[in-house]
Amino acid sequence: MTLKALNMGRANLEEFSATLIELGEKSKNILAVTSDSRGSGKLGPFAEKLPEQIVEVGIAEQNLVGVSAGLASADKSVFAVSPACFLATRSLEQIKNDVAYSNQPVTLVGISAGVSYGALGTTHHSLHDVAALRAINNIQVVVPADNFETREVIIAAAKSEKPIFLKFGKKAMPTLPRVKNEFEIGKASTICEGSDVAFIACGETVAPSYEAAQLLEKEGISAEVISMHTINPLDKQAVIDAAKKCKVIVTVEEHSIYGGLGEACASVLMQEQIVKPFKIVGIPDEDTVTGSQGDIFKHYGITAEGLKETTLKLLE
Amino acid sequence: MIRKENRMQEFTDLELKLKSVKYRKMLLKYIKQAKAGHTGGSLSCTDILNVLYNDVLNVSPENFSDKNRDRYIQSKGHSVEALYAVLADRGFYPESDLETMCQYQSKYVGHPTRKVNGIEFNTGALGHGLPISAGIALAGKKDKAAYKVFTLVGDGELAEGSNYEAAMMAAHYKLDNLVAILDHNALQITGPNREVCSPYPIDEKWKAFGWHVISIDGNSISELRETLNNIPAEVGKPTFIIANTVKGKGVSYMENEKKWHHGVPSDDEYERAIQELSTEEEELTKQLVTD
Repeated sequence: MTLKALNMGRANLEEFSATLIELGEKSKNILAVTSDSRGSGKLGPFAEKLPEQIVEVGIAEQNLVGVSAGLASADKSVFAVSPACFLATRSLEQIKNDVAYSNQPVTLVGISAGVSYGALGTTHHSLHDVAALRAINNIQVVVPADNFETREVIIAAAKSEKPIFLKFGKKAMPTLPRVKNEFEIGKASTICEGSDVAFIACGETVAPSYEAAQLLEKEGISAEVISMHTINPLDKQAVIDAAKKCKVIVTVEEHSIYGGLGEACASVLMQEQIVKPFKIVGIPDEDTVTGSQGDIFKHYGITAEGLKETTLKLLE
Repeated sequence: MIRKENRMQEFTDLELKLKSVKYRKMLLKYIKQAKAGHTGGSLSCTDILNVLYNDVLNVSPENFSDKNRDRYIQSKGHSVEALYAVLADRGFYPESDLETMCQYQSKYVGHPTRKVNGIEFNTGALGHGLPISAGIALAGKKDKAAYKVFTLVGDGELAEGSNYEAAMMAAHYKLDNLVAILDHNALQITGPNREVCSPYPIDEKWKAFGWHVISIDGNSISELRETLNNIPAEVGKPTFIIANTVKGKGVSYMENEKKWHHGVPSDDEYERAIQELSTEEEELTKQLVTD
């Protein structure tokens, strides 16, 4: 099998805002709640077309989440949109109590996630959100890889009766191939099948994982790439199956190596007594280097080349 | 405008006063049994909850899923014992359920939870009720619904910054269907609010945020009825009611004593409290008969 070259799509952020307009035009109940973040959330067109369906609360993320929970309790379908770095942890207690514990089906949309705001520094990075939210009961955590997954998760979120946190960046994303063109929250999506290395990745690190698979293919190494878009609830069976099938496992995420997708997978495998060479690729526990998202990915080996090197070392 | 059509039953002030005594006896009983609870604050807000549920809110076990019901969100969640007593009396569950309060596997947790019939939101962490209530009030405005949203805030709670995020936003959206009631008993766990980290002046702060501010005796049934049945107090503005109350109200030795914030009475103390309340109950009953 020859892996296909990828076509460029648009930013997941743009896919999100376009999808939200579609949903909003169909239902007045769809509300976008923002914290002075309609510009960064690409919600200008939404606000223009559907002025009654955007709620601005100002730069106040705690209130953003509390108000969203209140709106959801009154049967509104609420998308609370704010940069992931502020949304996930400035308002963590509101997420825990008002949304998750009170079971209000708010969709928390973390924009410019991970190191999308790379050069702006650590204040604007969101490398701890998954770790914080994984430990909270009753909230789904979804990190879509490409435009397809973004669109699908937004549609699913509008129907969901459970709280969801999702996040994405603002850089254009390639459209990934899929073994099955399906999306379901909580169900991993296989991008390509292989037997030597399994890349279990999420969000904007799935594309470099796929590109690494292409490089490895040229060296006769077969790679499986899984988009583990849902980190909670984790598709444990997909992790187990991939690990059984492949010789080594590499997890990839735009998140701290602590508490994210990698550790979630490691936990599943250890408790299943599946012990294989295993590497968590992400952002290490250090003062994150300055640069664009691309610079930072390169610095920490979240690139086709970097992931190829990691794989070759593990296979040695 | 008094919305008589929403009232479940017409009570006289005297009848409501009797209910308050009954609720105080109930909440003390279950705090004593559970060996846990926020006694002082529950006693201070009993009259407020009594008037809300028996005279103001169009909420009953029958209409609790009705979209047009009024909403009550207890931001000062720690005074849940008063709420549990009132909801039991209003028929949301049998009073005997409260025998399990705070016990292993009980759904009657030490802070409000939606597992309990009649409770709208899970609260207990302070500074959450007002943002939630503002959200519900905003949904009401969008839907052109007639319901009103009431939240009970503690005075120590006023230190939480999220209150002011919501205060600003509620005034911005002219949420005159929103009412924040401050249980102003002037004491928090460490001592008087004024000494811990002064929230004063309270009235000027909330006026400056664009709210209509009213100050009343929060243990007076008649003042509470008059005020809470006249919402909006000013068209286009949310209402902030400073309900001046006494922490530990109704039990002489608990009144204005910080140790009763979450003090649990001993056997002797419990007997004395019940005696005092029973005496009050007898006097009120005599008046009722005379009237």
